[in-house]
Amino acid sequence: MTDTARRRTVAKVAVHPVQAPPPAGDRRRRRLADQARAYGFLVGGLVCFALFSWYPAIRAVVIAFQKYTPGGEPEWVGTANFTRVFADPEFTAAWRNTLTFTLLALLIGFAIPFVLALVLNELRHAKAFFRVVVYLPVMIPPVVSALLWKWFYDPGTGLANEALRFLHLPTSNWSNGADTALVSLVIVATWANMGGTVLIYLAALQSIPGELYEAAELDGANLLQRVRHVTIPQTRFVILMLMLLQIIATMQVFTEPFVITGGGPENATVTVLYLIYKYAFLYNDFGGACALSVMLLVLLGAFSAVYLRLTRGEGESA
Amino acid sequence: MSTRTLLSPAALARPRGKAAYWTVFTGTVLLFVIAFLFPVYWMVTGAMKSADEVARTPPTLVPERWHVSGYTDAWDLMQLPTHLWNTVVQAAGAWLCQLVFCTAAAYALSKLRPAFGKVVLGGILATLMVPAQALVVPKYLTVADLGLLNDPVAIWLPAVANAFNLYLLKRFFDQLPRDVLEAAEMDGAGRLRTLWSIVLPMSRPVLGVVSIFALVAVWQDFLWPLMVFSDTGKQPISVALVQLSQNIPLTVLIAAMVIASIPMVAMFLAFQRHIIAGIGAGSTKG
Repeated sequence: MTDTARRRTVAKVAVHPVQAPPPAGDRRRRRLADQARAYGFLVGGLVCFALFSWYPAIRAVVIAFQKYTPGGEPEWVGTANFTRVFADPEFTAAWRNTLTFTLLALLIGFAIPFVLALVLNELRHAKAFFRVVVYLPVMIPPVVSALLWKWFYDPGTGLANEALRFLHLPTSNWSNGADTALVSLVIVATWANMGGTVLIYLAALQSIPGELYEAAELDGANLLQRVRHVTIPQTRFVILMLMLLQIIATMQVFTEPFVITGGGPENATVTVLYLIYKYAFLYNDFGGACALSVMLLVLLGAFSAVYLRLTRGEGESA
Repeated sequence: MSTRTLLSPAALARPRGKAAYWTVFTGTVLLFVIAFLFPVYWMVTGAMKSADEVARTPPTLVPERWHVSGYTDAWDLMQLPTHLWNTVVQAAGAWLCQLVFCTAAAYALSKLRPAFGKVVLGGILATLMVPAQALVVPKYLTVADLGLLNDPVAIWLPAVANAFNLYLLKRFFDQLPRDVLEAAEMDGAGRLRTLWSIVLPMSRPVLGVVSIFALVAVWQDFLWPLMVFSDTGKQPISVALVQLSQNIPLTVLIAAMVIASIPMVAMFLAFQRHIIAGIGAGSTKG
């Protein structure tokens, strides 16, 4: 921030070399031409942002208070969309599932990558192998991961139950049972997305100065104490960032429930985004879909605001 | 060069440390093979089993006979060439549009000092706070109003509205020394010429990162193309796989899944060094 400000003042000085100032009208014309050129470069991006980002955000709020059918005349209905959506039993289920999914994803998908990164950082061999293999599932299209796990979760011939049988453990219904469906989906999402988190943790771990560990060791700190008093405080910022990013991402989960369970069994895996999709494309109720979108938007916007604030704060203090 | 980590080199050199190290190492290799490689192996070989063998319990670890028919059937029955081509067109167009429009806009915001530049940049950065998926319905309605449904343009242009990539480019351009650009202008190069022959060649690393992000995002996307392409013949591979998954033999579906994964996995293996380094660096420098 200060750096750009400094550069800008330097630039201001440098822009006008020691020359006789051109006549005022000429200068204004030059400046106008400069502005026209600058906006010529900007216009393509601006139009896209306006059409596909700014306008939809405003439109979501407007349609949330309208009865809207594509092609028809929209009609103001006050808060009727919200009351209708609130009264829908699926609404409660969708929010409960989304929040549970997010919480489970934090519990499972958060500790595992951190521990994995800790272990990988200590290994001195086959480093490239580990990094490539852990990131491989991220590069497999999410739809393929979802279909793959749907096959694994097949109660009869799926790999998941075969593995349990092999270990002489009781089999499970996995994504087909109302109790286990949500956890099953969290496992898929964790498997598919963990690679990125592990790599980011690894980068953070590598930036911890070795002297800190040496000093801790001289003070007699054992392995766990070093993790607790050196590693975790030193990576606290990255942990917090990734936690927020993961919350934002998992609250928008759609592909896994849509492909693997279709929201079932008994609405056990309907998520908020899935419900938005259903309102728009199954019930043709765009007002209800936008009312739901606005709710999701407000909640996630709050998380994003915290995230952006923290990242900017860190950037300025560094 | 080795830096000190959680464990000291001395502790690892002791016999007990050595034994513990190799135990953990072997355990981690096994874990990675079972957790990440085995599912992929299961998919690739599952597609080569016969319909009868793939449904057998307990399953066979290696196909009794290797059938290629799963792959050839998938290619023909599921019209994979059409869907792969659709995906390529959508991804390539989105990539090109992002490179042209995002680069131009980032260059203008970074170096051309447009009036209200700060307001524009603020407006762009504000979209980072709005999760893309939460806006799909009004975005869909806008695309429908513009008559772009079932048209790859519906993928291309919304891809440009990517604040993350634009900001990445702008921050990179900010670091380019101003005197080099001014020297070019002194020599009579126009703005476009400066961008093309000075700025872009100096920006190869960031352009590579943005390109990979752009391609991967389109190839992996599901919800947006699902909404936009109701016409089966226009659908990308991700949407087609799900739509066709109901009424297709299991081995054929699995083969199609393998084929759909190949392009991105191949790209990853080819550029793994850059991609892995980019993920680490991008995140810690925020």
